[in-house]
Amino acid sequence: MNGPFDFTLAIGDDALIAAQRLAEWTSHAPEMEEDIALANIALDQLGAARLLLTYAGELEGAGRDEDALAYLRDDREFRNCLLVELPNGDFAVTMVKLLLLAAYQVPLYTALAGCADERLAAIGAKARKESAYHLDHASLWVKRLGDGTEESHRRTQAALEQLWPYHHELFTADPAAPVDPATLRADFDATVSAVLDEAGLTRPEGGWAPAGGREGVHTEELSYLLAEMQVLHRAHPGARW
Amino acid sequence: MSQESTPLWEVFVRARRGLSHTHVGSLHAPDAELALRNARDLYTRRQEGVSIWVVPAGAITASSPDEKDAFFDPAADKVYRHPTFYEVPDGVAHL
Amino acid sequence: MYGNDFAAEDAPGGGLLGQVEAAEAALREAAARGRRGAPEPGEDLEAYFADVIDADQKIEPRDWMPEAYRRTLIRQIAQHAHSEIIGMQPEGNWISRAPSLKRKAILLAKVQDEAGHGLYLYAAAETLGISRDELVELLISGRQKYSSIFNYPTLTWADVGAIGWLVDGAAIVNQVPLCRCSYGPYARAMIRVCKEESFHQRQGYEILHTLSHGTPAQKAMAQDAIDRWWYPSLAMFGPPDGDSTHSAQSMAWKIKRFSNDELRQRFVDMCVQQAEILGLTLPDADLRWNDERQAYDYTQPDYDELMRVIKGDGPCNRQRMEHRRRAHDEGAWVREAAAAYAAKQAERQKEKIAA
Repeated sequence: MNGPFDFTLAIGDDALIAAQRLAEWTSHAPEMEEDIALANIALDQLGAARLLLTYAGELEGAGRDEDALAYLRDDREFRNCLLVELPNGDFAVTMVKLLLLAAYQVPLYTALAGCADERLAAIGAKARKESAYHLDHASLWVKRLGDGTEESHRRTQAALEQLWPYHHELFTADPAAPVDPATLRADFDATVSAVLDEAGLTRPEGGWAPAGGREGVHTEELSYLLAEMQVLHRAHPGARW
Repeated sequence: MSQESTPLWEVFVRARRGLSHTHVGSLHAPDAELALRNARDLYTRRQEGVSIWVVPAGAITASSPDEKDAFFDPAADKVYRHPTFYEVPDGVAHL
Repeated sequence: MYGNDFAAEDAPGGGLLGQVEAAEAALREAAARGRRGAPEPGEDLEAYFADVIDADQKIEPRDWMPEAYRRTLIRQIAQHAHSEIIGMQPEGNWISRAPSLKRKAILLAKVQDEAGHGLYLYAAAETLGISRDELVELLISGRQKYSSIFNYPTLTWADVGAIGWLVDGAAIVNQVPLCRCSYGPYARAMIRVCKEESFHQRQGYEILHTLSHGTPAQKAMAQDAIDRWWYPSLAMFGPPDGDSTHSAQSMAWKIKRFSNDELRQRFVDMCVQQAEILGLTLPDADLRWNDERQAYDYTQPDYDELMRVIKGDGPCNRQRMEHRRRAHDEGAWVREAAAAYAAKQAERQKEKIAA
């Protein structure tokens, strides 16, 4: 990655794909109250995605707006991390994924809020508060699932084993970016460790660190997600909605 | 699962500074922490509140003033929730 | 504001939202007017109840009420709540494919509101002495119904617009009078719901307006949606007055304020002009103004079809119920975990205090 365009596009794609996955929960949540919470978080991610993609389009200067970027790129052109495109799985997978994502987004947006680029700083200041809420929500649930029943503990540990390798990609060094992701790692580690300890969950071992999202090399999942998300928009080229 | 394993909580919201908390309804949550979060999501989607109490049988739990930012600000920009956000073409009645 | 009651139609921000605000004002006024205290010892409770209703005061949860009043309300509020929850599905079907990010955000917020409305209404029903678990069980066992409109499929994006404009429009016409219902918790929930639903109807209308002024394919999509949703929307007001079983008693109790046919007529009269501005056609060749009645003559929906759908043979009844059951079943382990955690925490708290 280099420059503010790639960086803005990457974190905008993170938020967009996370929103698309979270919105899949609508009317499926384990409690009706939780349906509302998940929709709120999806709306926050979508809101951040729109601001970031709009700004990315301006930085690029090729006349692409948020919808052109969201609907008219193929999977090889998306720059989101692999973590957000992985399927929702059960509620444990979704909550562990949200915990990892929010524990990364909180220090990311906090750092952005203080960066030299005014637009990114404004987006960071707004999104930071939302991410704090997502982190709070995910932490509450991971503690309850980890320290709930035997079944919930087993499912949550399994979710952690599945997702843990994907968090490494979030912190790939990029000294040229407005915020170097490598600098966020300590904050992430401290946050996640505290939650996992309280939840009675064990941090997985192992060196596998899948990556490639930031270069447009994704898992097989993303293409399906995009096919669904883009189908209507692409069926009516140039139409207004 | 056993019947009634998720307790009922009554929710009180302070709409603005200077007003008292007002009862707005109830909801279900397994514990106080989640009840408070659920209340925020359910009863303050349109910035209806600056503070929430959730009350199980006999006990009161309130959101702390320190949490206010992350708790209530996210709703500020969701203007599409308010009916005045929509462009209604001139002359359309009863909408 | 005193007298807003009558000025509602012309009030600023008038229309349906004005009527909701008028109902809210009336609720406050009634509460302030010569309040009836608790019944005297030995007073005839039925007469006391009738007094409160006559005075347009609200019945509150701990008041004495006839058992049939309680049962009628539980059934009506529960079915209303179920409708909101099941109603999330047909529109939720298009969240993932919404054609712009703005539309995706609006639709997601709207479907989220439906969940919220369901919960407000379940909360109102619970004040009558039935639990959420019982209500959920009544829904997923099929013993209580939800609005049959949600048993129709959403086949195109324009259906999201048609649901907003026609289905939410019909729902609001039905619900606005309920803001004046004699049962306090229901009336208050309806005021809140109606205020929020007004956004739903406008977003639906805006979708259709954009489509009908878009490409020929978009306009055709909008017309097709209206062709499919018009009659089912008319059927939402229920069977014609002559065949409606619960109406008379509900009117006397001020649970219901207008008859099915009155509300249906009001809805038709509203839609005609709105359809003209859309440049779309309501699929009724016999729709015309009747100067004598000062209302539109229109073709009745197929009530046999309505009965078939209510009985379970609509296009999507099985799918909707299966979806709700699956969400409930798959969530069981999460609810159990949360309950187990709460119990452990309570235990730890006790030990801490004991120590």
